[in-house]
Amino acid sequence: MKWVRGARVLPEIPTASMADIAFLLICFFLVSTTMNQDKGLSLHLPAMGEGKEVQSRNICNLWINAQDDVAIFEDDQLKPLPFSGLRDELRRRLAENESLIISVKTERGATYRTFIDVLDEVKLAFSDLARPTKISIANPEG
Amino acid sequence: MRFARKSKVASVIPTASMADISFLLLVFFMVSTVFVRYRGIPVQLPEAEKIEMLESRRHVTAIWIDRDGRINIDDQTVPLQQVGRVVHAKLSANPRTVVSIRGDEQASFGLVSDLLEELRKVEALRVNFSTRREAQP
Repeated sequence: MKWVRGARVLPEIPTASMADIAFLLICFFLVSTTMNQDKGLSLHLPAMGEGKEVQSRNICNLWINAQDDVAIFEDDQLKPLPFSGLRDELRRRLAENESLIISVKTERGATYRTFIDVLDEVKLAFSDLARPTKISIANPEG
Repeated sequence: MRFARKSKVASVIPTASMADISFLLLVFFMVSTVFVRYRGIPVQLPEAEKIEMLESRRHVTAIWIDRDGRINIDDQTVPLQQVGRVVHAKLSANPRTVVSIRGDEQASFGLVSDLLEELRKVEALRVNFSTRREAQP
């Protein structure tokens, strides 16, 4: 016995809902996309054994002790410096000496926050000048 | 004198290209999406003013340090001595890797300093200290 086909179904994919589907997917990606970028203070570390000899007059030693106090090490003695005056002091010194390197030496007991605050101030002091930022992070033991 | 209208312009917005446009947008979002894979550990990041944006998340390896001195990379606690090995593996897979240090503001600098030394040993020299933007006074 033979079956007779009734009506012919046209082999067509319905495309009317295509846009709806695509918009639904767009909504999903819009919601799940995170555009927030990582931000922070960038630093390029020196490679191992890349120590450079620098003349002592071209270096400004900043010292952060375990109590989070900031001082400038100069003429073999520590001169305490209020944090609020740090930026202006560094700016003044940078203006005086073209090739000044600022070395930040932090004791092991200091908090990370103080280190970041000081690093930020140093970077800000350099920001007005048209020369590369020269910062050295001294080893606490060294 | 009156002008007779010649023909009526049908006021229909063409929707034929709607799907094309939406797929184009879809492709854009698919390409630009980076899913947050690692949540890290809860840390209170310090604030800073002179902030720089990192170019792309694809090249960033985050190292979390909490206030108790635990180091966490990709949701795994890593002892300090192992950090070099882990970062070295990431650096070999992607030489453009930037290490983002997400330290808690109360963490001790001693640990951060040791971490920097470990990074220097494996030539991971591009470092970013992750911070929040300081609220403008």
